[in-house]
Amino acid sequence: MSTLTDTVSTNRPAPWLWLTLAIVAWIAGYAALEPFADIAIASFGLTKQTHLGEALHFFFYDTPKVLLLLTGIVFVMGVIHTFIAPERTRALLSGRRLGIGNVMAATLGIVTPFCSCSAVPLFIGFLSAGVPLGVTFSFLISAPMVNEVALALLFGLFGWKVAGLYLGLGLSVAIVAGLVIGKLGMEDYLEDWVRVMQGTQSAEFDVAKPSWAERIDAGLGHIRNIVGKVWPYILLGIAVGAGIHGYVPEDFMASIMGKDAPWWSLPAAVAIGVPMYSNAAGIIPIVEALIGKGAALGTVLAFMMSVIALSLPEMIILRKVLKPRLIATFAGVVAAGILLVGYIFNTLL
Amino acid sequence: MQIKVLGTGCANCRNTVALIEQAALSKGLPVEIIKVEDLKDIMSYGIMSTPGVVIDGKVVHAGGIPSRDKIDSWLK
Repeated sequence: MSTLTDTVSTNRPAPWLWLTLAIVAWIAGYAALEPFADIAIASFGLTKQTHLGEALHFFFYDTPKVLLLLTGIVFVMGVIHTFIAPERTRALLSGRRLGIGNVMAATLGIVTPFCSCSAVPLFIGFLSAGVPLGVTFSFLISAPMVNEVALALLFGLFGWKVAGLYLGLGLSVAIVAGLVIGKLGMEDYLEDWVRVMQGTQSAEFDVAKPSWAERIDAGLGHIRNIVGKVWPYILLGIAVGAGIHGYVPEDFMASIMGKDAPWWSLPAAVAIGVPMYSNAAGIIPIVEALIGKGAALGTVLAFMMSVIALSLPEMIILRKVLKPRLIATFAGVVAAGILLVGYIFNTLL
Repeated sequence: MQIKVLGTGCANCRNTVALIEQAALSKGLPVEIIKVEDLKDIMSYGIMSTPGVVIDGKVVHAGGIPSRDKIDSWLK
């Protein structure tokens, strides 16, 4: 086991004053959203009664709201990440049984820092420390699917109920899919060099404990990385949403993706979504437009989950460590889970 | 001085290599940077997130682009 040594001095005091001021400014900004949008359209000489005024109001209200929420959530996640390094998650999951292990793995998948280019090293790292295959898959499914950008956007645009349902259902799919893969006992379908590494390493970890100044730095860095990258997509999505406000008929999508659509509309949405590759920020504008135009929430969320959780590039990377049969099982089980979630959602709502 | 950068060739890995090159150049230190891209070799260092940095056989960093301060602290 290698140790990480951090030689950077960590004696800086944490900027608590600045953090407090930033939180106050954030709350004040959030409280001022509605008046801000009113003033913004008034400065164009428009009122909410006109078509254009309504569309612009939508844009000037939703854009700062979503960006504020995103900044807040991403900062908190960045700080949480400094507490939960992948090494710690691995130590927590090592030797867990199926069941409780899957629940823990799916939950940790939300808060452990994860980048899709690290998926394979993480996968092998988990297996080599004795984390069971099914538990590892629960982590691997939940980490990209239940992500902070998706939650912030769903919360901002559709409210806490939809965001909460997404969180709950995403976790359920990750837990159940991992359980199923674990029960199938597919260890033989790991590539040979990976299989011999299973359980060969200790799960001990030794990472320098960061100071609070560094944790806050990490939060700010996370904002720069995430918000700095996704804001154009969000702006574009909301602009498109505002633009079609009223110009496209409200029930435009209802006949093909609505509640009364034929039974095959949900499987078709998932089948289109699986090979597609996009991050949450890129897909949300589409989600927003679809729901706004009469598509059923379950169908749209299933589409979104399949785009984020499964993708062709990911399968190609996983091929280095998994044999085709295990990849097919992984994709099949997750797609089936998403499909089930979509049907439940459409039936309940 | 020999520095190995472990990573499967994602953008973060390339940025890490470039950053270390820059830092070394500005200090006038002769460093040899080796990119380790084979998964088996990467995993033999026991890291779980890439990019990783190995100096003289010791893992000094894993996951994300290292900060300039951190890089400077290696190049002594």
